Amino acid sequence: MSEQAAYHIRELVKAYEEREVLAIEAMDVHRGEILALVGPSGSGKSTLLRLLNFLEPPTHGWIEFAGARFETGKEMPLELRRRVTTVFQRPMLLDRSVWDNVTYSLRLRGQRDAQYPAQTALELVGLASLARQNARSLSGGEAQRVALARAMILHPDVLLMDEPTANLDPYNVGLIEKIIHQVNREQNTTVVLVTHNVFQARRLADRVAFILAGKLVEMADVEAFFDSPADARTRAFINGEMVY
Amino acid sequence: MSSDLFEIILLTFKVSGTALLLSTLIGVPLGAVMGLRRFIGRRWVVVLLYTGMGFPPVVIGLFVYLLLSRAGPLGTLSWPIIPELFTPGAMILAQTIIAFPLVAGFTMAAVMGVDPQLRQQVISLGATQRQAASTVLWEARIGVIVAIVAGFGSIISEVGAVMLVGGNIEGRTRVMTTAIVLETRKGNFDLALALGIALLGITFLVNLAMLRLQGRSMNE
Repeated sequence: MSEQAAYHIRELVKAYEEREVLAIEAMDVHRGEILALVGPSGSGKSTLLRLLNFLEPPTHGWIEFAGARFETGKEMPLELRRRVTTVFQRPMLLDRSVWDNVTYSLRLRGQRDAQYPAQTALELVGLASLARQNARSLSGGEAQRVALARAMILHPDVLLMDEPTANLDPYNVGLIEKIIHQVNREQNTTVVLVTHNVFQARRLADRVAFILAGKLVEMADVEAFFDSPADARTRAFINGEMVY
Repeated sequence: MSSDLFEIILLTFKVSGTALLLSTLIGVPLGAVMGLRRFIGRRWVVVLLYTGMGFPPVVIGLFVYLLLSRAGPLGTLSWPIIPELFTPGAMILAQTIIAFPLVAGFTMAAVMGVDPQLRQQVISLGATQRQAASTVLWEARIGVIVAIVAGFGSIISEVGAVMLVGGNIEGRTRVMTTAIVLETRKGNFDLALALGIALLGITFLVNLAMLRLQGRSMNE
């Protein structure tokens, strides 16, 4: 795994109407790694993910991606923005067929011939037989797999995932985790995964970052994070205790 | 009489069809922008739009009459783009003003009804702002069709404004609604009734076609 950074984050602050929800002094995401962001609800993990996808500008500080800086008042160029995509906790699928949903992101890029990539992506998520079905009629697990397929078809440099397996049954959780692992290893896609589930973080991640009240408390390799956490709050969180 | 009837129906289609087309061309993009964008003064535009949705057509007819009359601000300009009073062009203008707030208002409501998360997710997939807006508009298509139907309903049945600015001139500006009024006053109930049934039939067929456009089975 290359240690070259996919993202450099420095003095990053995000505030909504004077309320600061995220303040990270320094953080790097390595290219080709699976980084799990863990922390209690409302700690700023999803906000960080939106910033990493350039969906919202930082209030202060910057994120460097592929040599370009994303900061207040500066939009990320479209070609760079298109190298990153997110799978959200609640996938919003279009009121069209599964096939159209999966090929949508390619059509946005003007790519008309989507037969092979779409078929491959649908087979990988086990939904090739439902290609013609309306995506709105799918179950939660199937919808999340379609969302994963429409993201994977892009072969992004970075795949951001916001609680992708929340509320899913064990079969779908296992399947999605397997796909995440496969995409990361075979395509060298950097994955940043937000999860509440420390067991999932341990199963999937190369490194884990613990975020609490918008601050980065600790970030370490997965073994070090779980076996010998440096911060008492990290230890408490891993042990399932309430942390503030 | 049947050729007269045909002429009246044809002019009705021409006037209301053109007005609906113009209302759609103005109202749908305006409604989409209002539904998707937040800008200073947006509330005022929304209030104006809602006022326009409830404006009595006859009052709009009066405004257009005053605007286009020889002493009015537009009547003195003599520009080819500005229609003259008592012409189908003046009727189209009045009906467009009646219908476009309805098309824009209902389109705005339909677009706002689409989960904002969807827009964020398609942008995350690499959509430009324009691509995201057209995707949201497509997702709101059922509401947009309803908006166009509402616009159509407001002008096909409208009589006050077209009477004022068109003058109900035989062979020139007589449409179905004004003809019904006239024939009823003259006591020609057979013709008035025939026109009424034709108007109802046209409205039914247009709405049926719109429903088909929504892509939903009639049994749903």
